Amino acid sequence: MTLPPTGELDGPRPPSTRRGTHDMLAGVAEARDNGFSSRRTLRTGVEFVRQLRRRRTHLVALVLLALPLIIALAFQVSSPESSSGANNRDFTGQLLVTLATTGATNFALFTEFASASFLLVVIVALFCGDTVASEASWSSLRYLLAIPVPRGRLLRQKLIVALSLSLGANVLLPAWALVVGGLFFGWAPAQSPLGGSFTTGEGLTRLLIVVGYVSLQSLLVAGLAFLFGVLTDAPLGAVGGATLVVVLSNILDSITALGAYRRFLPTHFQYAWLDALGPAVQWDNMMRGAGVVLTYSAAFFALAWWRFQRKDIVS
Amino acid sequence: MRAPFQGRRRLVAVAGTAVLALVAALVAVVASSTDAPVRTQSQMVAGTAENGQPVTLDTSVYLPRTVPAPAILLAHGFGGSKDDLADAARSLARRGYVVLAYSARGFGRSGGLVHLDAPEYEVADASKLISYLATLPQVLRDAPGDPRVGVAGPSYGGALGLLTAGHDRRIDAVAADITWNDLSEALFPNAAGDQPGVFKKQWAGVLFAAAPGEQPGACGRFAPDLCAAYQRAAATGEADAEILALLRAASPAGVLDRITAPTLLTQGERDSLFSLGQADANARGIAAHGTPVKEIWRSGGHDRTTSAADLVPYVDDWFGPVLQGRGRLDTSFEVAVPGSGISADTGQTVARSLRADDGATSRRTNQVAVAGPPQTIYAPAGGSPAAVTTVPGLGALLTDAAALSGAAARPGSAASPGSAAPSGPAALTGLAGLAMIPGQVAAFASAPLPTGMLVGGSSTITLQVTARDTTDATLFASLVVVDPDGGVDLPNGLVAPIRLTGLRPGVPKSVTVTLPGVVAQIPAGHRLVVAVGTTDSAYHLPTSPRGYTIALDGASVRGDLAVATIDGRLAGSGLPWSWLVVGAAAMALLLPGALVAEVRRRRRRRAVADGLETVPVVIEGLVKEYGDGYRAVDGVSFRVESGQVVGLLGPNGAGKTTALRVLMGLIRPTAGTVRLFGELVEPGAPVLSKVGTLVEGPGLLPHLSGRDNLRLFWAATGRPPRDARLDAALEIAGLGPSIERRVGTYSQGMRQRLAIAQAMLGLPELLVLDEPTNGLDPPQIAEMREVLRRYATTGRTVVISSHLLAEVEQTCTHVVVMHKGLLVAAGPVEEIVGAGGTQLAVANPEEAQRILAAAGMTSHVMPAQRSLEEVFLKMIGADQ
Repeated sequence: MTLPPTGELDGPRPPSTRRGTHDMLAGVAEARDNGFSSRRTLRTGVEFVRQLRRRRTHLVALVLLALPLIIALAFQVSSPESSSGANNRDFTGQLLVTLATTGATNFALFTEFASASFLLVVIVALFCGDTVASEASWSSLRYLLAIPVPRGRLLRQKLIVALSLSLGANVLLPAWALVVGGLFFGWAPAQSPLGGSFTTGEGLTRLLIVVGYVSLQSLLVAGLAFLFGVLTDAPLGAVGGATLVVVLSNILDSITALGAYRRFLPTHFQYAWLDALGPAVQWDNMMRGAGVVLTYSAAFFALAWWRFQRKDIVS
Repeated sequence: MRAPFQGRRRLVAVAGTAVLALVAALVAVVASSTDAPVRTQSQMVAGTAENGQPVTLDTSVYLPRTVPAPAILLAHGFGGSKDDLADAARSLARRGYVVLAYSARGFGRSGGLVHLDAPEYEVADASKLISYLATLPQVLRDAPGDPRVGVAGPSYGGALGLLTAGHDRRIDAVAADITWNDLSEALFPNAAGDQPGVFKKQWAGVLFAAAPGEQPGACGRFAPDLCAAYQRAAATGEADAEILALLRAASPAGVLDRITAPTLLTQGERDSLFSLGQADANARGIAAHGTPVKEIWRSGGHDRTTSAADLVPYVDDWFGPVLQGRGRLDTSFEVAVPGSGISADTGQTVARSLRADDGATSRRTNQVAVAGPPQTIYAPAGGSPAAVTTVPGLGALLTDAAALSGAAARPGSAASPGSAAPSGPAALTGLAGLAMIPGQVAAFASAPLPTGMLVGGSSTITLQVTARDTTDATLFASLVVVDPDGGVDLPNGLVAPIRLTGLRPGVPKSVTVTLPGVVAQIPAGHRLVVAVGTTDSAYHLPTSPRGYTIALDGASVRGDLAVATIDGRLAGSGLPWSWLVVGAAAMALLLPGALVAEVRRRRRRRAVADGLETVPVVIEGLVKEYGDGYRAVDGVSFRVESGQVVGLLGPNGAGKTTALRVLMGLIRPTAGTVRLFGELVEPGAPVLSKVGTLVEGPGLLPHLSGRDNLRLFWAATGRPPRDARLDAALEIAGLGPSIERRVGTYSQGMRQRLAIAQAMLGLPELLVLDEPTNGLDPPQIAEMREVLRRYATTGRTVVISSHLLAEVEQTCTHVVVMHKGLLVAAGPVEEIVGAGGTQLAVANPEEAQRILAAAGMTSHVMPAQRSLEEVFLKMIGADQ
């Protein structure tokens, strides 16, 4: 390392502790090829670390881990009369409640039923809506883009990680509920809310179908939240907006006067996974639901990409 | 001038409008679909005269949009009138039929008396109405006086349709819903033989009461012979020859061989009045002569409230091919299996449709072994208390009551005392509730079923009945499902009455009992139980006390139950692959879209301007106009050469930050170009990797420590870690041990220093810093100045934007001055500051002037331009 002639530098002398740095700066050779390749920017592992170390991720994990325990304890302290229920076949939620303490699989199914409509929606909206919007709100988005992470790649990497975390939440909850249910209520074979029981393997297969379908359904929330996250710089707006649209769609869905048109509402088939709990799995509604959700989320993702490619980043 | 909607607001407005338009369209479609124009006209039409008096029938014609069209004669159920048919008629008219709805004689405003679908009266009326239809110009005719017409109706109207089709050849199609085959069998059913059975007194009473009496007297509008026969039967519970003859005359059973019109038979599974067997008998009779027939077992029935409008899709599907010539006649057998699915709409259990190719050949039986010792049961004197399984006329009340009371019975909680089966492998201990009165019921249970089973139709079992001291027996058999917890369910709420006569007291008699026709999916692990009781409140019961011993065939403890089932497929509608394909295609379209975008991006990028490879920044004609028409930068051009420290000067709003944002590829210029090292800047341009930036404040992750922020930022660049010069950056940040604390806890100055360090990671060839001294204290500012100057001496380039003039003057070699989006001046600091020539400073200006004047030189005194500040203020002064 060659020291430059200090006589060329005027102005106040830097503090002695810093001088080494200054000298080093001066001594570094001019870089030619800096080894940059856009394909290596913001690798999935890096984005995972960025997201996994966030408080909200920890909080979500905590909620997901605590929920089955709370539900199990609630069942434990409630009187057996109130939980072992009547043979009332009118509402499936009721049916799943009455069966919840039968064993591990039924407990997991009930937990899934209880959380699919709102908790998992919010969590998925959080993971997917907040990922770009929070970068914008921290102003770190512009520095990522100036690295430069190409915009399409930034969205792709963010989406891969957000969807992985969402899927993780969707899998963690029933898996953990299965364990908790087993510890609290034993490992009895699952019972169908339509009557009859499954073998352990069949029960787990059904649970797997349910988890798969619920995960697929959450793609809709993911797409919506992601789009909102790209459109707005406020993380709360993205998460809240996506949740709001889901709630709105549910309200419209409850208006039976809309008749067959309700089938095109994004959330109309959100409970189609109940079809997997009968004596034989009924696929038709789940197929419709999957088609609707895939179409909507493809549109949302395409819009998000289109918008982000053209957006002026002013946050 | 501003357009009313620009930029983001326009986007919001467009999106909002689109959503509103979508909702409006949806509402419009829904509204219009319920409001299509259907013209109606009411007319009194002459019917068959009765007792020499003319009888007129109250009719309504519903006309479709296009005429002439085929016609439908729509008949109502017992006790109703044409008004009940309005919804169904309207709906059918919208599907392209001329619909003639009418009140049958004895009902509504029609005249005459009720003759219970008698051929001479009601059937003749229908023929007259068909002739009337042939006179209407809107009705399509097959021949003069022969309209193309179908007859449809529920219950009373259904039987009328069948009877009319048997009597009148002009009828082209029939749709009969929840109706009877033989009324004498329906009202006096016997599950153990052909003899008239037990009088269905509650239903008969309800029906009798349904013909309201405008006329005084006990018979209301019933024809006197019918009324008298009914009253005898109701009093005695016995069917005499006269009433049997009347009922048989009113039954389609006798005319089935004459029906040639394709016939649809829908029968309700919740129907204690007309069983599924009645539809089976009709279907057999009609099909025997080669007439196309389709049988549907649907949800609901007389025990549930059903509206005629529910039948429209069935009727339309059947009549479409025959009357309108569209589609093909589908004669498959359809069965609604209750509780076989869960509605995604409501979360409630729903019936799914089981489809079999043929109603007759798809029937199967499964042999299930049932066990139980002979059991003695008692009928109470006076027939009370009696089991309650149905409450005719009250719809859904009954089955839920039965199900609930059954569920309340758990093993041990309500073990039936007395006569219940002693403990055994298949003993039934839990039967209780309204439907099962202890001491009145004998039960024969199967072992838990190893696999699930569909019960569809009437199962049969052979029993041995011993009356203790009477010669006749009245019993009620039913098929009960018991779940593993002992919960009891009576499928469809049905029982089959048995009436045996000619018994000898104490002598057993073997009878084959046809259990009620039910449809139920029995899950594995549940047990089937044949229950035989002595009472049912819906039937006429003997008043003397009785005792019977019921045993399985041959007094054995084991017997065979032949469980009826159907060979068909559930969800016969097929899997909706198209939905999935559309979804998958939409997703798949994203891929080529992304590829095209990527290719276009790469193609654009390649141009590198010749001779500019070594020039860090070249800005030419840069214009940035925002959506609202505001020009933040308006035609700015300047160059920054290697090794320079350039100060970008300007008051707030001059466009400095906008220019730097374009330089970073964050926003797209409206016009002009920015080139870095010869490469055009656009979002994601790789040349940006040679630039380190701090624009408009730090952008750090608050939840990470300072060190992790730097490390992760560098990791995000994907470049080798050793190139980061992390140590140098940490030295520049100078945060000491605070570098390990969360950035969220930092002061503004600490964040600023960390952000500068982040910008300098990897020692980029061009360093762009926007207001770098914000939040720094004077020693830090001095140090930063030193860092930047040193940085430039290595051949790298630094661009600083600032409004702190002293700062720029002390740090920079060159300066670019902007104001209101325009470039005001650019050049070396000395040039800008010294613009206007060299200066000579003298201590005594007056003396100097005098000397110069003496030497022949003209001179004048002007203020010295000592600082950039003065120059700057002068440059922008005119506009301030």
